[in-house]
Amino acid sequence: MLTQGREQSRSGTGRRMAARIFLRNKLIFSGLIIFLIMMVQALGANWISPYEPFKQNYRETLQGPSWQHPFGTDRFGRDILSREIHGARISLRVAVISILAALVVGGMFGLVAGYFGGWIDLVISRCMDIFFSFPAMFLAIALAAMLGNGEGNATLAIAIVYMPLFARIIRGSVLTEREQEYVTASMALGASTVRIIFGQILPNVISPTVVQAAICMSYAILIEAALSYLGLGIQPPIPSWGTMLNEGRTYLEVAPWISIFPGLAIMLAVLAFNLMSDGFRDVLDPRSRRRPGAPAKG
Amino acid sequence: MSSNIWGYLVRRILSTLLTLFGVSILVFLMLQLIPGTVVEQIMGTDAMVTKETVESLKTFFGLDQPIHIQYLHWVQNIARGNFGISWRTGKTVLGLILDHLPVTGELTLLALGVAFLIGVPAGVFSATRSNTAPDNVTRVLSLLGLSLPVFWQGTMLILIFSLLLRWMPALDYVGFFEDPLRNLQLMAMPSICLGTASAAMIMRMTRACLLEVLGQDYVRTARAKGLGERMVVYRHALRNAIIPVITVAGVQVGYLLGGIVVVEEVFTLPGVGRLVLSAIFNRDYPLVQGAVLFIALVFMLTNLLVDLLYSVIDPRIRY
Repeated sequence: MLTQGREQSRSGTGRRMAARIFLRNKLIFSGLIIFLIMMVQALGANWISPYEPFKQNYRETLQGPSWQHPFGTDRFGRDILSREIHGARISLRVAVISILAALVVGGMFGLVAGYFGGWIDLVISRCMDIFFSFPAMFLAIALAAMLGNGEGNATLAIAIVYMPLFARIIRGSVLTEREQEYVTASMALGASTVRIIFGQILPNVISPTVVQAAICMSYAILIEAALSYLGLGIQPPIPSWGTMLNEGRTYLEVAPWISIFPGLAIMLAVLAFNLMSDGFRDVLDPRSRRRPGAPAKG
Repeated sequence: MSSNIWGYLVRRILSTLLTLFGVSILVFLMLQLIPGTVVEQIMGTDAMVTKETVESLKTFFGLDQPIHIQYLHWVQNIARGNFGISWRTGKTVLGLILDHLPVTGELTLLALGVAFLIGVPAGVFSATRSNTAPDNVTRVLSLLGLSLPVFWQGTMLILIFSLLLRWMPALDYVGFFEDPLRNLQLMAMPSICLGTASAAMIMRMTRACLLEVLGQDYVRTARAKGLGERMVVYRHALRNAIIPVITVAGVQVGYLLGGIVVVEEVFTLPGVGRLVLSAIFNRDYPLVQGAVLFIALVFMLTNLLVDLLYSVIDPRIRY
């Protein structure tokens, strides 16, 4: 009992220390702040947006930024700020669901391929190689074109694009882990294959995917916005950042704010994930913490 | 030693062919994802067509055959260089792709040039001032470069340089051989736009590799011999640090190919990317299918070339 309590308190202290190390990293901290602002926007969109995102007001069309409409209005008199706030919800939803789906499905393939090896590994790895033969954005565009418009299909297309990446990363980690003594010990104790894979190996291979998931999250936001911008993702009048940018193209000369603010929002969202992934890499990679460098000389 | 290289070459080509086989299946099956039947896609769902017409169309396109036979016919045609006929224009898919390829090729090469011209010097600048304010500013700029959505960057470049400052000509494409100067003027903004993220990636890679190399003994020896810092960095360190950067550049070609659809659409350039997009909206699926396969082929060949070049550039690599 006492030992268990001591173990728990030790793991709690460890977690707190890890959190402190992560938060002390300036990159992670700034990325986290931007990410939290986005989360507040996404979760509290209904309460914090000053207007209804779909509400049209033909007396206030194409108005520039003002106190009433800080980001201006579009051709239907809709408030850009309110649409931008609601757009955060869609962008984050698509990014999180697609990357989570890619992680789960790709991770399963990676676990199976890495653990069983042999022809199962060969077949799965070759199948994954097929997806790596396309530029990511191009594959997403082709899949979205075939699947059709809409949030669901855009999410599915992005998940398919990133699924092989997670399969490859997890397969690599499993190949190392399955040779470890704790796996041999579990086998000797008669643990089932399912228990070894999910109970023993999975918790040990999941951490290297965290950085990758953060990087992929930023790409997912970019791809969703690109698909919507091209007219292959979320369709108007739903307020997606990409769709808003597409709508702004026609009015670029007379109302540039329609294009400026959604683009800034996309950039900041992507930047948040890039900052966090860079920070995680710095903290987790001991070599990058103390790099040998040339003398600091102008 | 050379037999090892030949062995690797054969293995690598065989593995590429195997992947190509898988790619062909995936691209073929993509057409099966389309909602509704292909005949409906050609005629439209509202069209009043008799059953006989539908059957004759199915026979004409070979859709009455089992799916594996359809695939075999398709692959046979591809092997003969027949990528199919565009439903909308009636022209050959390969002919259409080849007509639009020069614009895409030029854009990709120029963007790669922009990426190298900005990325390598910025990486050297950052690495030689490691952990100082200029290094931090360059790193933040590289992160911003990676985070910029190409379509927004393109829109902003058009807004600033074409609409507000009137420095750039109207987006009216002119071929390189018609008017080289005007062509390069027109391609400046799209190339910068497409190359920015790659420049950021190359900058980060150059910085990381150069920092690694600058800590090596032979660099210390070069400094101890009294060589100037410029000589040490450019003649000794950068020559070794640039090798992984070239690999990254190969990967970047793939990234650039992914971005062509968006950039060509923003700047209304008549390249393969825009051809694909118009084919998507016109539901010209053989053209979409052919173009996707073509891009995958180019991408795979580029990766193969980079792998092989890597061994030529770095004599330390043995197979």
